[in-house]
Amino acid sequence: MTRDPITLFERARAGDRRALARLLSLLEEGGEAAVQLSARLFPHTGNAYVIGITGPPGSGKSTLVNALTRAYRERGETVGIVAVDPSSPFTGGALLGDRIRMQDAAGDPGVFIRSMATRGSLGGLARATREIIRALDAVGFQRILVETVGAGQVEVDIAQAADTVIVVQAPGLGDDIQAIKAGILEIADILVVNKADREGAAATLHILRSMLSLGQPAVVRHHGQAMAIQRVEPSREGWTPPILQTVATSGKGIPELVEAIERHRAYLEESGEGEARRRRRIAEELAALTRERLWARVVHQVGRARLDGLVDQLLRREIDLHTAVERLLEEIQPCIEERDFPREA
Amino acid sequence: MGRKIRVLIAKPGLDGHDRGAKVIARALRDAGFEVIYTGLRQTPEMIAEAALQEDVDVVGLSILSGAHMTLLPRVVEELRKRGLDDVLVIAGGIIPEEDIPALKAAGIREVFGPGTSTETIVQFICEHFGIRPEDLKAAGEPALP
Ligand code: B12
Ligand SMILES: Nc1nc2c(ncn2[C@@H]2O[C@H](COP(=O)(O)OP(=O)(O)OP(=O)(O)O)[C@@H](O)[C@H]2O)c(=O)[nH]1
Ligand SMILES: [Mg+2]
Repeated sequence: MTRDPITLFERARAGDRRALARLLSLLEEGGEAAVQLSARLFPHTGNAYVIGITGPPGSGKSTLVNALTRAYRERGETVGIVAVDPSSPFTGGALLGDRIRMQDAAGDPGVFIRSMATRGSLGGLARATREIIRALDAVGFQRILVETVGAGQVEVDIAQAADTVIVVQAPGLGDDIQAIKAGILEIADILVVNKADREGAAATLHILRSMLSLGQPAVVRHHGQAMAIQRVEPSREGWTPPILQTVATSGKGIPELVEAIERHRAYLEESGEGEARRRRRIAEELAALTRERLWARVVHQVGRARLDGLVDQLLRREIDLHTAVERLLEEIQPCIEERDFPREA
Repeated sequence: MGRKIRVLIAKPGLDGHDRGAKVIARALRDAGFEVIYTGLRQTPEMIAEAALQEDVDVVGLSILSGAHMTLLPRVVEELRKRGLDDVLVIAGGIIPEEDIPALKAAGIREVFGPGTSTETIVQFICEHFGIRPEDLKAAGEPALP
């Protein structure tokens, strides 16, 4: 199979799934081919609706993705799925097991599932996840479902990548209050208490409601002790994240979830918040990429040895951080003016 | 970032013995591979389709049910149907010695029986791609900030 990015893109757009799979690998690998591909597909993006699913390990994210996929397929929409799991920081290896719970779509040409390892990235997605989402968008998938790493608290990257973020909780995942961190609630557009068939679902629901509602501070009993619950101010005016209950394994509550996503989508469009978010997101991505490329230039232009030398000086307190940065910027100045940057990031 | 070797571990058929598949999946992860595990009860079509979507370099099949002579060649067939001719296909589980030549003729490159050390399997895959086991971990280094 060819590795030529442009040919791959043409074929993928014409429906060649193998070409699409290979194209996603190129984007994941990074480098010159990824830059070329990214540029080629960018004009074709912006049509898919991206839904992020995050929450603690085992809360049922993959099973929910499976159930949502079925619902969208029944409505005749095509679905691209990106499922992210962590890479081992020690070996770089990864065990990607989300597909186990996504079997209903097997053999359906309207669905494409891709597993990704974080490869050292920490915010709940992999470095290339947004490129992968754009590629699925560009080849025509109408809904893109993104499952983050299940760490329960740091998956804030997803708020940067999705139109609607669903935060999933479930009873019986150990310490409920510890599991529900304020930070994760702040990114939630919709909250789901999955495994509503399990004991403790009502308590989980109660905790979430208390955390989200304003007014009297809530007190819950935790390990027999009374504890005040930390509150989360709804960050978005005009939209209060609904709290829904689902049983992903049986499909109970899924129509209501689909409904809630549609309401959020409508809210985003009518309020102008959708446009504002898209703007913020692309601006932040531009900043992040520029930072990354600039640093690559610094390393390329200044060289490892010189960088190590600066680090030594910093450790000996011979110079300070800001002065070190000034030196680096001075050294790459001529390079910036000549615009002769190497392309690879 | 660079290239990472991706491996699909799958269990074809109705065979419920998944210990071996899980042992191998974890061992390959620990060796530095990216392993996609699809779980039990996979048809040859499902396995080939997952291999295609995930763009894997290796498909590892675990089978202890005795149905290897029908199922394993069908997986290879489904892979080829999708143009995945260059994927390395290996297998393990309860497979009698006398069946191995026929499986190899059908496109299964190697068969690893009970008691095979995971080092042997890692070594075999690495040799196929012309790399050393140490290289796997090096490729996992996170890219520059
Ligand atoms: C444990 C076990 C079970 C457990 C399984 C638990 C589980 N979740 O896995 C239970 C009790 C459920 C079970 C049930 C049955 N079992 Co049973 N079971 C075994 C037993 C004792 C050990 C298997 C095992 O886990 N080994 C440990 C793992 C780590 O070893 P492994 O799988 O062989 O993997 C190694 C290699 O083969 C290789 N490998 C394996 N997969 C792969 C994949 C790749 C890619 C690679 C590279 C290498 C590789 O590497 C591994 C490490 O060295 C074997 C006997 C035996 N000695 O093998 C019988 C055995 C497999 N079972 C057998 C049978 C018949 C059954 C039942 C049908 C019994 C019944 N009548 O109900 C049921 C069927 C269940 C089902 N739904 O399929 C027979 C199969 C006969 C055959 N194939 O002709 C065996 C061989 C026993 C026998 N001698 O008769 N079983
Ligand atoms: N009882 C019950 N079990 C469920 C429900 N949803 C999922 N499960 C089960 O919960 C387990 C975990 O589900 P997954 O979908 O893999 O959870 P996950 O959040 O994707 O897990 P990670 O990806 O490992 O973080 C599986 O055994 C599911 O079958 C539910 O609504 N009710
Ligand atoms: Mg999952």
